[in-house]
Amino acid sequence: MSDNLREQLLLLPAYFQGHLLLTLAAISMGVLISVPLGVWAEQSARVKRPLLAVVSIIQTFPSLAILALVVALLGGRIGFLPAFIALTLYSMLPIVRNTVTGLESVSASVIDAAKGIGMSPNQILREVKLPLAMPVIVAGIRTAMVWTVGLATLSTLVGATSFGNYIFTGLQTRNLVAVMVGSLASASLAVGLDGLVASMQWLLEKRSEAADSARLKRIRLSVYGITVIIVSLALYGLIPKPRADFVVAGKPFTEQYIMAGLLAQELEEAGFSVEQRLGMGTAVVYEAIRNGTVDVYVEYTGTVWANFMSRESNPGREGIRSGVVEFLEEQNVTTVGFTGFQNRYALAMRRDRALELGVTSIEDLIPIAAELSAGSDLEFFGRTEWFRLRDLYNMDFADKLTFDVSLMYTAVAERQVDVISAYTTDGRVAAYDLLLLDDPRNALLAYDAMILASGNAAAQPEFMQVLDTLVDSIPDEAMRQANRLVDVDGESITVALEYLRGEMAKN
Amino acid sequence: MIELKNVQKSYDGGATLAVANTSLTIERGEFLGLIGASGCGKTTTLKMINRLEEPSSGEILVNDRNVVDQNPEQLRRNIGYVFQGIGLFPHRTVAENVAAVPRLLQWSAGDIRARCEECMEMVGLPFDEYGDRSPSQLSGGQQQRIGVARALAARPEVVLMDEPFGALDPITRSELQEEFKSIQQNMALTVVMVTHDMTEALLLADRIAVMREGVVLQIGTPKELLNNPSHDYVRDIVAMPRRRAQRLEELMRNE
Ligand SMILES: Nc1ncnc2c1ncn2[C@@H]1O[C@H](COP(=O)(O)OP(=O)(O)OP(=O)(O)O)[C@@H](O)[C@H]1O
Ligand SMILES: [Mg+2]
Repeated sequence: MSDNLREQLLLLPAYFQGHLLLTLAAISMGVLISVPLGVWAEQSARVKRPLLAVVSIIQTFPSLAILALVVALLGGRIGFLPAFIALTLYSMLPIVRNTVTGLESVSASVIDAAKGIGMSPNQILREVKLPLAMPVIVAGIRTAMVWTVGLATLSTLVGATSFGNYIFTGLQTRNLVAVMVGSLASASLAVGLDGLVASMQWLLEKRSEAADSARLKRIRLSVYGITVIIVSLALYGLIPKPRADFVVAGKPFTEQYIMAGLLAQELEEAGFSVEQRLGMGTAVVYEAIRNGTVDVYVEYTGTVWANFMSRESNPGREGIRSGVVEFLEEQNVTTVGFTGFQNRYALAMRRDRALELGVTSIEDLIPIAAELSAGSDLEFFGRTEWFRLRDLYNMDFADKLTFDVSLMYTAVAERQVDVISAYTTDGRVAAYDLLLLDDPRNALLAYDAMILASGNAAAQPEFMQVLDTLVDSIPDEAMRQANRLVDVDGESITVALEYLRGEMAKN
Repeated sequence: MIELKNVQKSYDGGATLAVANTSLTIERGEFLGLIGASGCGKTTTLKMINRLEEPSSGEILVNDRNVVDQNPEQLRRNIGYVFQGIGLFPHRTVAENVAAVPRLLQWSAGDIRARCEECMEMVGLPFDEYGDRSPSQLSGGQQQRIGVARALAARPEVVLMDEPFGALDPITRSELQEEFKSIQQNMALTVVMVTHDMTEALLLADRIAVMREGVVLQIGTPKELLNNPSHDYVRDIVAMPRRRAQRLEELMRNE
């Protein structure tokens, strides 16, 4: 077994537990809410249409948007709760719809007979309609369950543990083993839970049949056994664990995984216990450090300047630094210090292509841009930086394509595009021999990496002492090489982290 | 025992008149046949007696009490009903179906069990053999017999039957008819039975009400209907069994 696989499998129990708890909790809540709603809707036409419309609309929202909305509605709260709420909302449509359909499909003559022998409306519902609708309702629950297991992987982005941790980390750090382990685990869980519900339903239908069949007894015993194990595993996660001293967070790309690992190791070596929340969205993690659910992570000055302060100007590297630190102070977020490297956007070209066109700076692109095609990550062409660049240099590209980050690098390397919006510390810049173009008119922002701490954590001197050792300790080149080990050479985050610490020790 | 006073029932806000201004008295222990063409209002009349439908006007008394003053569920538990569509509960066993009303009346388990056996025996489907089956494992005729057993299970004094023997073969049918007639007489049941079959009505009922388009044209004993039909329609529907009987008599005389 490869080291990588072993490393991934070690994470399995925690991720499995998180994923299971999230799924079972959301499905249980979904059933508790949706079945009564379905019953209500079936009884009243006035309720039915609006209710089905609302649950259908929830379903049409992109799942990421629902997650983000729930986080926002909870005042920036991250972790289990927002993921649980979003998944519950998402589970509702199939259950409500099938409950209504199932109840409606009960034959009128049977209901007539139930009424005619003197059953009360309540008895008709409990003893006739619900049991007869049950197969359809259970089918809805199974659909919801399979969806929920799959969607639960997204909850990683709001800081809840799930198999998504494998998938997002794996995708960003090109660790295919992690992606495979995560996807397989999630798929097996979906199939397993679905099978479990199916066999429970089968057993319920067989309930009246002679219980003496030895085979039936065996099956019943194993289904109950597995159910008990699964539920206890999920519930085990509810036992409050001793809260870690500090929560370290990071966003979903290689450099952030490395830096989060670095912060965690330093704190652990100083004797603190640490919980890691990796792969979180920028807005989510920023909100979390403001309200103290996250204690420390690495942010970039340009991101704070453009995203959180919504500034459109570019006062230069020092101007941004001081503006950002001052702003964060007002937000009750402490800037521990700058790490020393800068990961900013830069336009980049294949070196040979740049030579051929005689380009070394963005200014050289002005006369030829209208014939060039450019690629960017998902954001760049929507950022004010790009608009400023376009205006300051008064140029635009013939084609502008957006890519997933690794595909963006592949695209320029394979000459599908001429120019890309590269990241200055990205290992692939060197690996693909890209030339970073100068920006003499200062269109692009500075992105100094800085360590941010929550107000609460920053008040603890021992914590600040540990982190102070990281200030100004990582040059651009060291970070770039560490990223390269992961993104180009396919090494694990652990290997990159060891390398980085080795480089830091030299200084 | 059962009294309908100027009962009228219309649907769709008066657009369909299902039962028009009908008055009827059914004595305790009497067997009334209700006959007429499809859609003439037979089922509607039956359903108004146990409040599955409410009359648009007029009143209905069961045991001298206006049905609207009685709790509809209590009323229905005390009146046996054999449904036109049979309406067995498909998720319950045959025995559980027969036990449905006694269970609602909260009889003891032992009493329920004993009564189930008795009723199933009565309709010719022994408990031991058929009790654990699901209704879908019975033939149409067997289901109909279980429908009759269910209606009789709680020992009601009044039984309403909506074409109870429709799906049976002639032999089983006549066996069950005779069986039922003797039960009715022994227990002095008050029965209203809807049927399409005039011969059945003539043979079983003490009196027969002939309905057409919501109106009771004539009500009388089989003899009265056969000898003094008050209406062409009545004459027409008794003509067929009468002709058959004459034909059979001739056949036997010619032997
Ligand atoms: N729920 C209802 N809404 C509207 N019209 C109805 C309703 N139930 C019955 N009717 C109408 O009332 C009339 C009498 O119906 P009913 O069921 O009493 O007929 P029936 O004599 O039992 O017929 P069949 O022998 O076919 O069972 C019919 O014209 C029928 O279409
Ligand atoms: Mg009818």
